[in-house]
Amino acid sequence: MDEVILIKLGEMVLKGLNRGSFEAALLKNIRRRLLPLGGFEVKSAQSTVYVIPRGGADLDAAEERIAKIFGIIAFSRACAVEKKMPAILEAAGEYLKNDLLAAKTFKVESKRSDKIFPLQSPQISAQMGEYLLEKYPHLRVDVHHPDLVVRVEIRDFGAYVHGQPLRGAGGIPAGTGGKAAVLISGGIDSPVAAWMMAKRGIELTAVHFASPPYTSERAEQKVVDLLSRVSEYSGRMTMFTVPFAHVQEAIMQHCPEELFTLIMRSFMMRVSEKIAEQEGCAAMITGESLGQVASQTLPALVCTDAAANLPVLRPLIGMDKLEIINISRKIDTFDISIEPYEDCCTVFTPKHPRTRPVLADLLEAERALDCAALTEECLNGLKLTKIYPAR
Amino acid sequence: MGEIYFDNSSTTKVCREAAEKVMETMTQNYGNPSSLHALGFAAEREQNDARAAVAGVLGARPEEITFTSGGTESNNLALFGAAGARRRRGSRVVTTMIEHPSVLNAAKQLEREGFDVVFLKPDQWGNIGPEQVFEAVTPDTILVSMMCVNNEVGSLLPIDAVPKAIAAANAPALFHVDAVQSFGKLPLRPGTAGIDLMSVSAHKIHGPKGTGALYMKKGVHIAPRVFGGGQERNLRPGTEATPLIAGFGAAVKALPEPRAQLDAMRELNRYCRARLAELNVAFNSPENALPYILNFSGGGIRSETMLHGLSAKNIYVSSGSACSKGSPSHVLTAMGLDRGRVDSSLRLSFSRFNTKEEVDIFIEALKRCFSELAKRA
Repeated sequence: MDEVILIKLGEMVLKGLNRGSFEAALLKNIRRRLLPLGGFEVKSAQSTVYVIPRGGADLDAAEERIAKIFGIIAFSRACAVEKKMPAILEAAGEYLKNDLLAAKTFKVESKRSDKIFPLQSPQISAQMGEYLLEKYPHLRVDVHHPDLVVRVEIRDFGAYVHGQPLRGAGGIPAGTGGKAAVLISGGIDSPVAAWMMAKRGIELTAVHFASPPYTSERAEQKVVDLLSRVSEYSGRMTMFTVPFAHVQEAIMQHCPEELFTLIMRSFMMRVSEKIAEQEGCAAMITGESLGQVASQTLPALVCTDAAANLPVLRPLIGMDKLEIINISRKIDTFDISIEPYEDCCTVFTPKHPRTRPVLADLLEAERALDCAALTEECLNGLKLTKIYPAR
Repeated sequence: MGEIYFDNSSTTKVCREAAEKVMETMTQNYGNPSSLHALGFAAEREQNDARAAVAGVLGARPEEITFTSGGTESNNLALFGAAGARRRRGSRVVTTMIEHPSVLNAAKQLEREGFDVVFLKPDQWGNIGPEQVFEAVTPDTILVSMMCVNNEVGSLLPIDAVPKAIAAANAPALFHVDAVQSFGKLPLRPGTAGIDLMSVSAHKIHGPKGTGALYMKKGVHIAPRVFGGGQERNLRPGTEATPLIAGFGAAVKALPEPRAQLDAMRELNRYCRARLAELNVAFNSPENALPYILNFSGGGIRSETMLHGLSAKNIYVSSGSACSKGSPSHVLTAMGLDRGRVDSSLRLSFSRFNTKEEVDIFIEALKRCFSELAKRA
């Protein structure tokens, strides 16, 4: 029995003249993600993408990957069979055996896009229903609330039988929305922010601030692990690690303690903006959520925003922590995020940070530092790491 | 003449890659993976590398893999851990009569502790039908434990029916699979197969004895059996056996692509079956068994006598399972085979290092065994 995956496209089918380029990007992404798994044929016809394994390639692995490709609304594992009614009936009874045993009620939905096929859709459904009722006498037909919908599609390439479709990742294909640099710490929020923007088609570049010897190699490994999970959705990316201990030490020595975090964040924005520009990014992404901590109050965001000119995308701005955690669990970053290593944001935290900072105070405090030289020092010490999907 | 080892389902020879890795981790990379310093981090990396390798074969996340001392511990942790975590939600446990003793005896212990344990009976070929599973799983079932491949005859159990049966019954059940015999041999991804817990072992795939793993799907919780310093996410605390774990990882990395390997094994099995047929043996393995395992009865001679006769010629096979020395096979008995056939059964189990030439030598030796022993009888 030949098994294939049928993919239904997401909201990009609503695009007008640009639809072709979205579809091309999606096909490219699917092919690229399936390539390491060996022989798959990927083709598109009649608003459906067909994934056909060649030479016993692993369809389970393909299914896991397809579930993470943006631009797909739903997909089904289906049994491909010759366009002859007896073969289609037999295949359905065998292929969906466990589903049919599990169900008490079912209905059949047929779709015939190949109009040469001699039976019309209602006739196909009727024959199928009759066949399954005879083969599985415990079943009843329920057209309103069935436990199982048996789907039969008669298409140009062949006939397909499948059960419950699986949900796709939604969104629009990665890489169709331009490029942005995400500031990533190792916490729960920033990987989620990166994922959310990737879902809207953004290609990611990552910027991470490390403060050895205050932070360890394990902390940096954690960020690599986090990004490699995000990249299962977004595609591969480059991570820039910025040596940041000197900047933090300088702020400690020369600036008021209560402004430490804000000045540090301004620096991060400044350095990230340089990297973003150099990498051709049109925006930056942060995991800030309004009011979550002292540095993410509205007055604090006003201050950090002033440090850079590029637009800053903050997809989590209106979300509760629990909502963010739910996504991080879904994308498998949560367990890594809660590993207990110090990161650059947790060293040197002030006891009483200012929650209502005024930009003028901040600018005044920064005058004690040689911002340009410190930024330059950061940029000279950049380390590049290529991030690949974890699986 | 060198030895011929057809007892790979009992254990395997450690492959060179694994042996070297064990040695290296014992003598050079010997840090405690929990230590904060660089040597500790290096050991942790080695261990994470092994974890990623095991996870990779299973299509799982590294954090879904817990290292244990092997299949028996994984099975015990799964059964008692799951039963302990879910005992308030129901009392039924479903398993089969042909499980490995480490599941069977754990299930019998659960029975003594008050659980209602159902042991599904196989047919004469060691097969269990999906219908049996749908019938056995009830709304108060809290655990289903089923092996993927039977270790004595190689039959494939209907594990794909179990998640659907659990869903259909709306049962609060966890699903455990003893995959010790199929790991590295059949491409099985617990995540897509709806499996919550899965046991694997290193020494069946040319890794060292004394280590194995339990896959536990993210979001699933079971009650730990051992308490200690938090290692393995508190599920199996105690300083990790880093050398063995690293050796496990190396053995996993040395595994050939399972599908190509499966084809090669099918060919070897088919050849062996054809040669055995010349000797009028009765096959106890079903036609569609995992080709790594071939069980048969023949000659009306007691298994152990044949086993020792072959052993004297440096050919190593097994009488049923190596874990139940001496006692008649509970698997063949459950299959309803008569005592004479059970007592004369032999199990051949192959590895990627076996050849057709070895099969030929084995067949000739078996022929001689049959005629010599028949004369004495």
